[in-house]
Amino acid sequence: MNFEFFFNNLPGLTLSGLAFGAIYALIALGYTMVYGVLQLINFAHSEVFMYGTFAMLWAVMALGGADAHGMKLIAILFASLIAAMAMSALIALFLERVAYRPLIKRNAPRLIALISAIGASFVLAELMGLRDRVAAWVGLDDDLADYVGKARINNSIAGVVDAPRWDVAGVSVSSIDVLVIGSAIAMMVIVDQFVRRSKLGKGIRATAQDPETASMMGVNPTRTIQMTFLIGGLMAGVAAFLYMLKIETTKFDVGFLLGVKAFTAAVLGGIGNLRGALLGGLVLGVAEIWGSALLGTEWRHVVAFVLLVVILLFRPTGLLGESLGKARA
Amino acid sequence: MSDARILEVDGLTLRFGGLTALDDVSFDIKEGEILGLIGPNGAGKTTCFNAITGVYKPTSGEIRFQGESLAGKKRFEITKAGIARTFQNIRLFPTMTALENVLIGADAQHTTGIFSALFRLPKHRREEADGHQKAMELLGFMGLAKKADELAANLSYGDQRRLEIARAMATQPKLICLDEPAAGFNPQEKRVLMDLIRKVRDQGFTVLLIEHDMRLVMGVTDRIVVLEFGKKIAEGTPAEIRDNPAVIAAYLGVEDEDAS
Amino acid sequence: MSQIKFRLSEMPKPLKITVWVLLALLAYALPLLEPPFITTPGVDFGGVLFVVTMYCLVALGLNIVVGYAGLLDLGYVGFYAIGAYTAAILTSFHANWPLLMAIPVAVLATTISGVLLGAPTLRVRGDYLAIVTLGFGEIIRLVAVNTEWLGERKGISNIARPPSLGGEEGLFEIPHLFWGNGTVLIDTQDTTKFLVFGVLDQIPYYWMGLTVVIVMLFADYLVKDSRVGRAWEATREDEDAAELMGVPTFRFKLLAFATGAFIGGLAGALYASRQNFINPDSFLLLFSILFLAAVVVGGQGNRWGVMVGAILVAYLPQRFREFDDFRVLVFGVALVALAILRPEGLFPPRRTVRAKQLEHEFEELEEGTEGEEEARV
Repeated sequence: MNFEFFFNNLPGLTLSGLAFGAIYALIALGYTMVYGVLQLINFAHSEVFMYGTFAMLWAVMALGGADAHGMKLIAILFASLIAAMAMSALIALFLERVAYRPLIKRNAPRLIALISAIGASFVLAELMGLRDRVAAWVGLDDDLADYVGKARINNSIAGVVDAPRWDVAGVSVSSIDVLVIGSAIAMMVIVDQFVRRSKLGKGIRATAQDPETASMMGVNPTRTIQMTFLIGGLMAGVAAFLYMLKIETTKFDVGFLLGVKAFTAAVLGGIGNLRGALLGGLVLGVAEIWGSALLGTEWRHVVAFVLLVVILLFRPTGLLGESLGKARA
Repeated sequence: MSDARILEVDGLTLRFGGLTALDDVSFDIKEGEILGLIGPNGAGKTTCFNAITGVYKPTSGEIRFQGESLAGKKRFEITKAGIARTFQNIRLFPTMTALENVLIGADAQHTTGIFSALFRLPKHRREEADGHQKAMELLGFMGLAKKADELAANLSYGDQRRLEIARAMATQPKLICLDEPAAGFNPQEKRVLMDLIRKVRDQGFTVLLIEHDMRLVMGVTDRIVVLEFGKKIAEGTPAEIRDNPAVIAAYLGVEDEDAS
Repeated sequence: MSQIKFRLSEMPKPLKITVWVLLALLAYALPLLEPPFITTPGVDFGGVLFVVTMYCLVALGLNIVVGYAGLLDLGYVGFYAIGAYTAAILTSFHANWPLLMAIPVAVLATTISGVLLGAPTLRVRGDYLAIVTLGFGEIIRLVAVNTEWLGERKGISNIARPPSLGGEEGLFEIPHLFWGNGTVLIDTQDTTKFLVFGVLDQIPYYWMGLTVVIVMLFADYLVKDSRVGRAWEATREDEDAAELMGVPTFRFKLLAFATGAFIGGLAGALYASRQNFINPDSFLLLFSILFLAAVVVGGQGNRWGVMVGAILVAYLPQRFREFDDFRVLVFGVALVALAILRPEGLFPPRRTVRAKQLEHEFEELEEGTEGEEEARV
């Protein structure tokens, strides 16, 4: 156990952990909302996120991010944020329509829905990983070479964003980390308020509590479910954007690990509980980084999986309890 | 009918969150009798069943079966000890045949495990033969012998109810709890059911019966316990219960429907 | 397929046994016969058949967990890994045991791990169980990646092979068939030495795998047609009702898990002995999903159905090599399509077929009445 390193770098480690955790939290939102409304583990949400990262990457590439500075760069980044959110939202809605809606309408057993989700997850990931072959098949591989190349290895935008580091009380703080944490909290607050106050949000909570009564009260169940997937998708898009700012690399299979961690965060906080998703994400992020500092970076992912298993076995209701149905969103 | 008490419910209280489903309920069941448990909807009858069969843990109070407390016993242990039940909304195993459903009941008293099965040891052979024989007897008793190979989901409603009773009997209980066995039956079918319940008792079982149909309850039970809002409000023979003002008050306005 | 089965079961017993024996002999002879459209160009056919038998074994094991007992296990590859690594450690990395001694230990280790995993986990709700098992599968793999004692990323090589009969030259040689120029010839140059587990000729491994599969099919039948099999079905259909009917459901769920682990571990150990080399990449999550696909696509609950699924998953990508890269994509699509269109799989067990027929009849009845009403109006 590397105690010396751990204590010497505690503030920096914690900040980094919080930043990762913020990203997990945003992705966790998608899992927790869909589970709250449908009691379905949207296994493929990880790919919703992954596609967002690629949309961001491609937008930056297409708009010449590598050569841009100052205001132009910021504009490009903003455009890439919109691209990520749009892509993730689209994938989420597509998923709902194709892989889940037929099963929801039929009230299929949850395990069948989970199998569909797993299949969808792998299909989406493989499509991204085989995009060079797909492009070749439609004859576009030359034109899109930059975008479809390196299909199965890392794709990076390293060096595009040169973010300043600040010195706060002797600790080197990355402005990106601050941005990530701040944005995540801001997004959480927005979604939280939306779910509490807006008509659509109330519809979501009502459907989560009692779908039949909700529909009798005039809440359109299909629309509500679509809305739930849409919100999860948009948040995953934001997460994708922030992830690319911080990690600067993506790959077709990046979704799996992040998805599992985000799901762990959702369960940790209390599945169905929006604030729980934020808390769970931050706790997981910090635990992970602290763990890897103490035990060695190779054990980082194991920390997440072990935490997942322990939570599901010993406190499946999570820290804040399950609750999309209840007023405490 | 002896005076030995096969089941003693002693101060049974069951609370779920803020709701008190059962409030200090006490009654005994004598060996060999047919005891009716009645009361308006929501009185706590099925909750009582659930407590007796181990589905719910009492908040306070005790249930003793043949003198021994049931506290802490797992559900399958309670069944193995001799309490069986049927369900208000039928819970057969839908894609298993009628015979297989009853065999599951018979298996309650068996101990064949994976090794006996794998190597076809004598224990397995003996228990299979024994189980099949008992199962076919019970199916015959219930008039279902010809339908032994039908999927449970495929049987008529009446047959399903009878199959549930056969399955419960296969566990070799001493006490059978029937939860509204006549629901959905027409008068003729109810008469047949009453006969059946008497025959079950004559075979040596004790019967605890929840029913809404007053005529059936009055006709077939030896004694009746009446619940209302989780409390016991009366106990006695059918004649005593029929004239009991508290019972009449509890059922006021409801009795006409159920008497049909 | 179900019609063929019915006719088979109506045949008199001696005839039935003869048919099965002939089919078994055909299976053993398959790689020697080298039938034209079935052999795999560019890949050793015997080797492919061996992998098929391993998938069949895994499918049978997972079928007990998922199909019989109704427990969704997404981490089955973990058991496969424990079996393989135990065999590897005992025969190569840390000791020099002969394979036949290592295999029972490997299987025992896996079964124990199945019990240890199941005991806390099986109390958990359906979809959560799936995620916990997934977590465990990944934890096992990551532990192998990060532990020097298990070879880390480099893995373990020089795993013992099964013992050969008759030294290096075997007891006798069996020639293969050769199909070409419109005729079938016996090729005395292309032979399999009986019974030599060497490096080039994979067929003896296939025979070993096939034998284990056949034994396992028997065992599966014996256990399914007993109190144990009934208890599993009842637990799957309605766990609470089963418990109230006297079934100790938790014990039987644990038994299903342990049995699945046993079989998975055995397959892993056999696989390791043929591969001669294993590393953590042989045990990715993606294999758990392929295993699940075999069971779900084939027909969960039907031992023959899941074997068909296993054959599809293991054989097709080798037969159609271009397909290999798309293997995961295709099976992902298959999972979604099946979940939506035919969740019971290609060859569901008879009970499901009967239940579906029933549903169908109900629907027709309902539609019929509606049609009548519309006609009247």
